[in-house]
Amino acid sequence: MATKTQDRAVRIAVASGKGGTGKTTVSLNLAAMFGEPVQLADCDVEEPNVNLFLRCSTLKNQPVYMQVPEMDPDLCTGCGQCGLICRFRGIISLGTRALVFPELCHGCGGCALICPNSAITEREHKIGNVAVCQSGTIRLVEGRLEVGVSLVPPVVRAVQDQLADDLPAILDAPPGTSCPVVATLRTADYVLLVTDPTPFGLHDLKLAVAMVRELGLPCGVVINRAGDDQVGLRRYCEDQGLAVLLSLPDDRQIAQVTSKGGLVVEALPGYAGMFAELAQRLRQEISGNGGRP
Amino acid sequence: MKKIAFSIRGTDLTAELDPRFGRAEQFLIYDLDQQQFSLIENQQGRSAAQGAGIQAAETIVRAGVDTLVTGHCGPKAFKVLEAAGVVVYNCSAATVQDALQQLQSGTLSQAGSADVEGHW
Repeated sequence: MATKTQDRAVRIAVASGKGGTGKTTVSLNLAAMFGEPVQLADCDVEEPNVNLFLRCSTLKNQPVYMQVPEMDPDLCTGCGQCGLICRFRGIISLGTRALVFPELCHGCGGCALICPNSAITEREHKIGNVAVCQSGTIRLVEGRLEVGVSLVPPVVRAVQDQLADDLPAILDAPPGTSCPVVATLRTADYVLLVTDPTPFGLHDLKLAVAMVRELGLPCGVVINRAGDDQVGLRRYCEDQGLAVLLSLPDDRQIAQVTSKGGLVVEALPGYAGMFAELAQRLRQEISGNGGRP
Repeated sequence: MKKIAFSIRGTDLTAELDPRFGRAEQFLIYDLDQQQFSLIENQQGRSAAQGAGIQAAETIVRAGVDTLVTGHCGPKAFKVLEAAGVVVYNCSAATVQDALQQLQSGTLSQAGSADVEGHW
């Protein structure tokens, strides 16, 4: 069960099933109107984009490494034990010296441990980078996967490792319901699910709700580009006991501001109050444990 | 050349030669001395999220083959097969029968490297 950890400030993940629902827009504008200094973690490490809106200069760069095996051909006897323990075919030995495939390795270190001849040592393989920077009251922590690497969760965890415990954090999650998202949600106390009132939006919201419930996390919903609800999104939320914490209208101006890298709450002050209210409602939900399934 | 693996779609010598190696449906293992064949399902290779070629290579190496006839073979699978001493032939024949005939008449040439990129 994920419960709010006593010794650190609250962490709110902004997730969705469907991509392009407005996670980053909600994360950024919520951070800007949070009412206190806040951290914003860009956990969408395959295509981080929060920095495009904050334009801050980097304070710190932290490379992310994974340990991959290296085999000493003089010591390897081809016993094959390394290949048998590897679930991902990162190393294999079929009666001959072990072959290593670093791109498939998940860095568990099992092969090095099991090798009876100590033929396997581990070396660092760079898989990403975490940048930390400050923009006004927002401390941005951005993860970025190395080009050509497909192992996302360790970089997401490295982002979370760079979060300060004494400041609240908003985690901008990748879309979907797969490992990168689960890695993001692991340290969250509450999940804000952003959706749009389209059949795709509702379909993928249902998947996201199922995931969040599996993880035992409380959640609430933000409806973006809200208009006539022709797909029964609100009825679904009601039936499921999901609180709709914000309904952003389908306003062309929001798209225009966002397309230029601006913050909606700054360019369109009418929306500032809505996001301040969202921050307020989130605090109530979290302190009252509301939305817990 | 004693035991030959063919990547196939089907269940006997008339089966279609599967152009994919790593994600082939199954392998037909032909024993030249006995003139008999057996079948191995490529369940693990097909269901692997990644590294299907490596898995398939392991499957046929463990079956004791020394020769592989397939459509295409990627770099990771080739590396494993080469290390295990399995000779690879790329072949575009329609059926196992045709491929076997081409192999035995010497019209197939041995592959010196992978003929496709990974995930082709």
